[in-house]
Amino acid sequence: MFFFRSREFPGKGSFPHGIHPPSNKFYSAGAEVEVVSAPKKVVLPLLQHIGSPCEPLVKPKQVVSCGEMIGEGQAFISASLHSPVTGKVKKLSVVTLPNGRHLPAIEIQTDGEQIDPDYLWKEITETDWHFSAVTDYSPDEIVKMIHASGIVGLGGAAFPTHVKVTPNAKRLIDTLLVNGCECEPYLTCDDRLMREAPHSIVTGSLLAGRALSAKEIFVCIEDNKPEAIDAIKKAAKNTVIKIAVVKTKYPQGSEKQLVKAVVDLDVPLGGLPADVGIAMSNVGTMAAVAMGVIKKMPLTHRVISVTGGGIVNPKNLFVPIGISMGEIIDYCGGLKKDAVRIIAGGPMMGFAFSDMNTPVTKGTSGVTVLTHEETLTGEETSCVRCGRCVDACPMKLVPTRLAMAARYNNPSLARRYHINACFECGSCTYVCPANIKLVQLIRTGKAQVAASMKKQ
Amino acid sequence: MSKIDRTAEVEETEVALPILNVAPSPHLSDVKFTTMRMMTDVLIALLPLIAMSLFMFRWYAVKQLLICVIASLAGEALFVSMRGRKVTLKDCSAAVTGIIIALSLPATAPWYVGTIASFVAIGIGKVIFGGLGMNIFNPAMVGRAFVMISFANLMSAGAYENSAALVDAISQATPMNAFKSSAIPTPIFDLFFGFTNGSLGETSALAAIIGGTFLCVRRTASWEIPASIILTVAILAGVADFSAGDRGYLLLHHLFGGALLFGAFFIATDPVTSPLTSFGKVIFGVGVGSLVMLIRLFSGYPEGLMFAILLMNAVTPLINRWTIPRPMGDA
Repeated sequence: MFFFRSREFPGKGSFPHGIHPPSNKFYSAGAEVEVVSAPKKVVLPLLQHIGSPCEPLVKPKQVVSCGEMIGEGQAFISASLHSPVTGKVKKLSVVTLPNGRHLPAIEIQTDGEQIDPDYLWKEITETDWHFSAVTDYSPDEIVKMIHASGIVGLGGAAFPTHVKVTPNAKRLIDTLLVNGCECEPYLTCDDRLMREAPHSIVTGSLLAGRALSAKEIFVCIEDNKPEAIDAIKKAAKNTVIKIAVVKTKYPQGSEKQLVKAVVDLDVPLGGLPADVGIAMSNVGTMAAVAMGVIKKMPLTHRVISVTGGGIVNPKNLFVPIGISMGEIIDYCGGLKKDAVRIIAGGPMMGFAFSDMNTPVTKGTSGVTVLTHEETLTGEETSCVRCGRCVDACPMKLVPTRLAMAARYNNPSLARRYHINACFECGSCTYVCPANIKLVQLIRTGKAQVAASMKKQ
Repeated sequence: MSKIDRTAEVEETEVALPILNVAPSPHLSDVKFTTMRMMTDVLIALLPLIAMSLFMFRWYAVKQLLICVIASLAGEALFVSMRGRKVTLKDCSAAVTGIIIALSLPATAPWYVGTIASFVAIGIGKVIFGGLGMNIFNPAMVGRAFVMISFANLMSAGAYENSAALVDAISQATPMNAFKSSAIPTPIFDLFFGFTNGSLGETSALAAIIGGTFLCVRRTASWEIPASIILTVAILAGVADFSAGDRGYLLLHHLFGGALLFGAFFIATDPVTSPLTSFGKVIFGVGVGSLVMLIRLFSGYPEGLMFAILLMNAVTPLINRWTIPRPMGDA
């Protein structure tokens, strides 16, 4: 097995602490990606990424074609938006995303002849990518084309990719980590993409590595995805790319934890991987980079998983961005009777929502539908300070202290215990034997800390 | 919880569309591991000790266990309802306290000693601080310390002996006292298997090791505390042994005799009154071990585990403050 093989990377393949929730990837791991054709309309919020919203370039009633830029990210940290369908722009509307943000959105009524999304999927999955073509592009050109393609991190955070791959003289990048861990339970979209489109991931990684002049590129995959490891290994033959097989553990795919596991460096508190010379990007993003730079196709579609015990036919889908969650759920046969919670993303860090008109955005990695049984939690009892949360916290914090500081509104205690180092992975709430909603309280505590800082 | 339950009820009555709910993440939780399971683990781990006490002290042990468990449960029900809170006897924490008090008392103690110890343990040891999880001192040890000082003649080392008792063990002196006051060594074999007089649960080192290992393997108790207590006692007793030229007898006597293993595995590991982090737990264990040996070697008492644990309980908040872990990446 992988454990006995000598590692090609300096890290230990794991990080301290963390948890082992049931992965439940079996629902959709075996389902090949299906292509969903253009829906009747798409809704495209102007802010699907971290940073400033993009400026709309289209007016109501204007006719747009598939792949046309409809919103331009003018600020440095922003991303452009492209139409995934051919159709007519309707009025600017407002949508509420599962994370609670109300955002202006462009609505496009599908009309006229569509580009077959099957064609797009074939372009991504083809194996005939010429890796040597990568050197035809200068680093500058690559960054520009990534910017023009509106590519953001597809792992969930949706940070604009061109910012990440822009070389910075103050923080030189020597290693690019391509994140294919997919440590969130249930989700399988990255797994499927690695199995079905390894060549585009490899090409994209080479391009991003070239843009950054990175010395080393690692594709990091958890050891519970042997097919994905094999596929990437085959595709990356004769390239500089190395595969880092890491331990299956939650939250392995988190930025700081993966840096620790693969290159054994500690990202400073409040800092970014770039501070230790690392750039990190999701596998899906790398495939989008390959499409954007070499095939000049902007980011208009993405792979998502529709999974969980509450969905009739769990699937992996290649969908146009902007399609409504309701349509996706219907495509997968609808909800089962015992479905109680629909989540955008995975069950550990995803956002529950109830509006079926919510659109899929660039950062949506899946729709997880949980049943009553899956969401079961016990009644909250007193904290007996058993320290399970301390043993689970991947940031080495003391969650019970932070949560109690929040419950009794004590921001100075919360700060003494480094509340802002928490990235809300939810491991503490998962393990708590007293069923205390630790991470939820910690979120409240962060708001209290922010409010108390403002007062001073 | 209530939200989900209601959804389930509605679903049963009208089998229409699924009813959805929303909640902040995470949406999964480990339902197998609960506080109640931790307490049940402790009860299971105490079984070898209870069995050994029944074997050695017969109906004295039955009586003491029944008195303390019933008094603890009654105390919990009384004091918690006086606070106007919902009485939760099913979390088993009061039962655990009762059993530990019973196992720490001499077989000869009359009924009112156990009853008073239990009521003080639950009332002053726990509920007065705000109930489960809020107490500073180990409740069982608070109760025991109270009766030990109030009824000095019934709880002193000499009171363990009663030549008129029907059970053989009680007619002997306790090994710790025999050695301390008259320098009579008890065979290590008897100390290890527990064929001696003493508090009900403390006699057998083997039973404590079996139960304690179970607790540590289940991760209900943290291994750091017993490990550091035992190691500290071993080092200090080793030094004492070496300076007395005892060729190892004193070392084993201090490890297997008295309440050391019982206390290290079952009392000091109470998560509520011990530090949160691994390093804090080691400091706590070293403190308990050193105090035990200080009391055993230099004070008038033959055994000092109870006072050692209570003293370290008092220092626990300070240890927690010293050992705030540094988050990953903190320079």
